[in-house]
Amino acid sequence: MPQRDLIELRPEGLYCAAGGFHIDPWQPVPLALITHAHGDHARWGSQRYLGTTEARPLLRARLGADAHIDWMDYGAELVLGETTVSFHPAGHILGSAQVRVRHSSGETWVVTGDYKRDPDPTCTPFEVVPCDVLITEATFALPVYRWRPASEVAGEVLAWWDECIARERPAVLFCYALGKAQRLLAELARLTDRTVYLHGAMLELVQCYRDAGVAMLPTEAVSEQAKGRAFAGQLILAPPSAAGAPWMRRFRDASTGFASGWMRIRGNRRRRGYDRGFVLSDHADWNGLVRTVRESGAQRVLATHGSTESFVRYLVEQGIAAETLRTPYGDEETT
Amino acid sequence: MRRFANLFARLDATTATSEKVAAMAEYFASAPAEDAAWALHFLTGAKLKRTVSSGVLAALVAQVAELPEWLLSDCYDHVGDLAETIALLTCRAGAHDDAPLHEWVRRLQALPSLDASERDARIVAWWRALEDDERFLLNKLLTGSLRVGVSQRLVVQALAKLSGLATDVLAHRLTGAWTPSPEFLAALLAPADDAAPALGDRPYPFFLASQLDDPPETLGHARDWLAEWKWDGIRAQLIRRNGAIATWSRGEERLDGRYPEIEAAAQLLPQDAVLDGEILGWLHDKPLPFAALQKRIGRLKPGPKLLADCPAAFMAYDLLELDGVDWRERPLAERRAALAALVEGTPVRLSPDLIGGDWASLATLRETSRERNVEGLILKRLDSPYQVGRRRGDWWKWKVDPYTLDAVLIYSQPGHGRRSNLFTDHTFGVWHEGQLVPVAKAYSGLTDEEISRLDRWIRANTLERFGPVRMVKPAHVFELAFEAINASARHKSGVAVRFPRILRWRSDKPAAEADTLENLRNLARG
Ligand SMILES: [Zn+2]
Repeated sequence: MPQRDLIELRPEGLYCAAGGFHIDPWQPVPLALITHAHGDHARWGSQRYLGTTEARPLLRARLGADAHIDWMDYGAELVLGETTVSFHPAGHILGSAQVRVRHSSGETWVVTGDYKRDPDPTCTPFEVVPCDVLITEATFALPVYRWRPASEVAGEVLAWWDECIARERPAVLFCYALGKAQRLLAELARLTDRTVYLHGAMLELVQCYRDAGVAMLPTEAVSEQAKGRAFAGQLILAPPSAAGAPWMRRFRDASTGFASGWMRIRGNRRRRGYDRGFVLSDHADWNGLVRTVRESGAQRVLATHGSTESFVRYLVEQGIAAETLRTPYGDEETT
Repeated sequence: MRRFANLFARLDATTATSEKVAAMAEYFASAPAEDAAWALHFLTGAKLKRTVSSGVLAALVAQVAELPEWLLSDCYDHVGDLAETIALLTCRAGAHDDAPLHEWVRRLQALPSLDASERDARIVAWWRALEDDERFLLNKLLTGSLRVGVSQRLVVQALAKLSGLATDVLAHRLTGAWTPSPEFLAALLAPADDAAPALGDRPYPFFLASQLDDPPETLGHARDWLAEWKWDGIRAQLIRRNGAIATWSRGEERLDGRYPEIEAAAQLLPQDAVLDGEILGWLHDKPLPFAALQKRIGRLKPGPKLLADCPAAFMAYDLLELDGVDWRERPLAERRAALAALVEGTPVRLSPDLIGGDWASLATLRETSRERNVEGLILKRLDSPYQVGRRRGDWWKWKVDPYTLDAVLIYSQPGHGRRSNLFTDHTFGVWHEGQLVPVAKAYSGLTDEEISRLDRWIRANTLERFGPVRMVKPAHVFELAFEAINASARHKSGVAVRFPRILRWRSDKPAAEADTLENLRNLARG
């Protein structure tokens, strides 16, 4: 048994001294294992990286052509110092992974990164990884967060789109450019075959998913449409940062929507000022979090970012040693 | 319920008034009349009586969702609304109950006659039979707290779109008391010719002032405006037609018999008339604080002591009808001149005209509002007609606007000087994570009778003593007013309020329903 925690919180990020590596560090380090390609997890500047083969095009786009990255398949093992590490599917976005770290003593830790338990046609589904200690995200760790099937949410999006067609208005749906946009395009592809127009920030990312063989609705770039083109009755996907930007002016009289787990709360829907809120998240809901802790068999749980206090107290009452781990991971759904 | 939930979702989702009007018009066109009548009831701001307390619902949901109470309260803090929290924590299991809205109303109205276990069983069964958004509305109806975000004006526009009737006709037909029934709806939407213009004892729709957020200079010259005090009483219409008197509050409640001195004053007017004004407690040529008048609200036949302690007066603002003729389209200046002549020499008071100054001197006058027991100024354009509802542009409230908050009494200590033998210095708290966090100290604002009643209660309900300070059972809620709120690192609550004072003792509110720290922080953020 190691004397100290196998993975500990350092100023630069989660660190495994026995293996000599960091996981999703927020400052440059010699060796970084990256769970997924979102900006708060995959940061520039480290000397060497390890990522999943499935995430390859996304991590390459994110970390740059010069970054030194080695690729590992899900489930493949690599010995680092006194530890053996492996990546396991997290079901969050394309190529997202949990990191399992097994010490030579047998003690096993899992860092989930971001994850969800719901089916998603754009990535490999979450896999339960048994462990002694689980470092889990807790973005939506309150029982009021409970997701309905994404297929139903896609049905709502389609109904709204149809309504916009009937009223001859553009339908601008704001969603995170990596993960959420592609999931929507894939879910909608089961219901329709109409073309969707994309904000520039999404073009390369959607192409990465297409190259990975994910079936999605046909898309075109908004920027390549003729000047003055009317978008009445069209669905446009854009990152939330585009709301209120001059870019929006071309969509006269648009109906706007926002797809995020936060839209579950009416106050959030109203404060945001979008016409529609669609409850769709790439994070685990309350039941998903609790179930994952239980199925992992972990005796100790460290919860990062989100409503960790309620979650930790709940787990403690269930007889699990739980604590909050203060990390600066954000939540891409609010950006 | 499905149809009404869809309407609510559409109204909730858009800020565009045209969409709101369209959504309501489509609803009224398609809903069965019994449903539409109740929907109209809710859309115009009327509520159902609360049939179940929040406490009962909270206990039920904790049981159904199998959650500890602290976690329920964390959820409530996060969501900020109990009806919604419950809707999010429960889910449909089994067949959908698609009873129409009026049937739900009937079910809710039957609840109080059931014993507690039967009532609870029904509520749980309903939760299981409704979709999330329907469940949310059911909970809002159960707690008597359904608010739909539309103005009366938009509802009237929707009805006008549907029926082709003029908005003024509809607004007028909607004034006064009505029962949500298909018959009422049919009469409401009947062609204008069929509806006899018999006004009877009905009031006109009230014209309401809008909040002035910009500096008054944006309104142009002060000389084009009438400035009056914003009296803090009961807005009412005093009606005398063919010698018969009726008094209606803005809530469109008949007040007959409650203010005999005002009815007597109306008899002394030289002509029949309909006056818009304010009922005030009035003593020694000054308005009494609203709290004094409150004792008379709901007192059908006030006794001689109450009549002497809080005599009521009618402060007239406006003249809407004179000798059976509708004066509302005439300019305000003309109506006011006739009003002044009418009430001259009678006990009906004329709300004084503060005209003649410029904006700066009116602003100085406004600063004296508090000591005069008024809420600020009302500005009315002198050439404006008397309109319907809250139409922006001609009437503005220029209030000295305190923030208010419902907080729970947690500590008390004796006052100084005259009151050193009474517990008059209080500390109040708001909820945060299931605890009461102190946020304000206040001394003033209660009547002598309330002070001594509270003093006795404090002595009997002390939980702990720290020197002169008593910690009391968290049971009593008070509405506090304060002038400003700022973020503060020095305070445990993270916020500091300025000049807090007690507005009223909210004996109608259980401690669990006091405000949360989150509410207060939201105020601080503006
Ligand atoms: Zn992520």
